[in-house]
Amino acid sequence: MKLAISSHDGKLDTQFSSRFGRCNYFIFFDTETRSNEAKPNPAADARGGAGPQAVQFLNNNGIEATITGRYGPNAFSALEAAGIQAYEADEGTPDELLDRFLAGDLKRVDSATGPELHHKKR
Amino acid sequence: MIIAISSGKGGTGKTTVATSLAMALSESGRLVSCLDCDVEGPNAHIFLRPVLDQRKPVNLLIPEVDADLCTGCGRCAEVCQFHAIVVLGTKTLVFPELCHGCGSCALVCPENAITEIPKSLGVLEKGPAIGGINFAHGVLNVGQPMAVPVITQLKSWQNLSATGTVILDSPPGASCPVVESLRGADFVILVTEPTPFGLHDLRLAVQLTRELNIPAGVIVNRDGIGDTSVDGFCREAGLPILMRIPFARRIGEGIAQGKLLVEIDPVYINRFQLLYDQIERLINGKGDEK
Repeated sequence: MKLAISSHDGKLDTQFSSRFGRCNYFIFFDTETRSNEAKPNPAADARGGAGPQAVQFLNNNGIEATITGRYGPNAFSALEAAGIQAYEADEGTPDELLDRFLAGDLKRVDSATGPELHHKKR
Repeated sequence: MIIAISSGKGGTGKTTVATSLAMALSESGRLVSCLDCDVEGPNAHIFLRPVLDQRKPVNLLIPEVDADLCTGCGRCAEVCQFHAIVVLGTKTLVFPELCHGCGSCALVCPENAITEIPKSLGVLEKGPAIGGINFAHGVLNVGQPMAVPVITQLKSWQNLSATGTVILDSPPGASCPVVESLRGADFVILVTEPTPFGLHDLRLAVQLTRELNIPAGVIVNRDGIGDTSVDGFCREAGLPILMRIPFARRIGEGIAQGKLLVEIDPVYINRFQLLYDQIERLINGKGDEK
C-alpha cells in the first residue's frame, strides 16, 4: 500500500507535521518494503484551497492512505471522494508512525476533525 | 476625482471623515457620490441617511459539473488558481466557498461539462442621501467570506467615471477588499490615531498605497492622545498631514448620536473644502513630477 505522512522537513526521524494541507513535505512510503521518498507538498504555500490541492497531489501519486494530525473539512471531503484512507496521530516520527500504522495502532477518521482555515464553510 | 478613505487600523474614523467630506463637498455645490465599500460592516448610511430605493443582488458564478459528460481530464483543476475544483480519478469535486467565480474551468472544459450557477454573495443598494449625495453601499451576506466581488460590482454599478467627485469609504486593513476598494482612486486619505497601534497599522496601509502607486495623505484623528510617533513617521515618509481632529468629548458624543462631524461642528465644512483643494494641488504636483 502507498502511504503518505505529513512532514516538516522530509526526514524520517524527526516529529511529523500535524498539518495536512500546508505541511512542507509528504513522505511517501511503500508499506510492504518501507521504501520511501520525501516529496515537497505543492500546496504548502497555496493562496487558498491547500487541502483540496494536497489531496489532488496525493491522488495523482497513487496514494491510498494518509497520516496527519487533523483534517479540515475541504481536505476530508476530497480524501473521501478520492477513496484515500485518513488516519490521525498526535505525535511521532514518520518511521514510528509507519510502525504504528502497520500494527493497526492508529485511529482511522471518518469525518473532518480540524479547523476550517481561511475560508469559512457554511 | 475619486478619493478613497482608508486606514490600517479599524475604528480610526474612516466613516467619520468620508461622510463629512462628502457632505462638505456637496455643500460647496459639487456633484458627490459616496460609496461605502466596507461591505462586511457598512455603516456610512447611518450618518448619511439615504433613501435606498434601488437594489441589486450580487452573485458569483460557481461551476457545476455534469458527471455524465465529465471525462476526468483534469483541465479545470489545472487552471483553478484557488483549487476550488479538483479531479480525483473519475470524480470532479467543487468547493464553492473557495471559488472566486473567474469562469476559467468552464472555459477550458473540452466536454462542456461545466455549467456556471449563480450563488448569492450579497446585495447592493443605492439612493439619494442628505445634501443630495448619491449614496451606494454593498452588503455581504453573513457567513460569506468573499467580499471582493461585492466591492467590484458596487464600483461598476455606480459608474464612477461619470459621477463628479467620488468618496470611497474603504474597509480597514491592507488585504484584498482594501486593494479592491482603493483600485482606481486618485488619492487615498489614511485616517489614523496617534498611538503605537495606529502607527503600526498606518505603516501597512502606506505600503499598500505605494504598491498601488496612489498618492496619499494622513488625517490624525483623536489628536492629543498617545504619542508623537505618527508625526515622526509621516515626516520621514514624506506623507502630508492633511488634518487633525482633536480628541474631544463633544465630537465623541455627537458621533455616538449618529451626527456627522460637519453637523457637530460646522467649522469642519470649510476645513474639508480646504482639504479637498489641498488634495487637488497634491495630485497636480505629483503629475508634474512624472
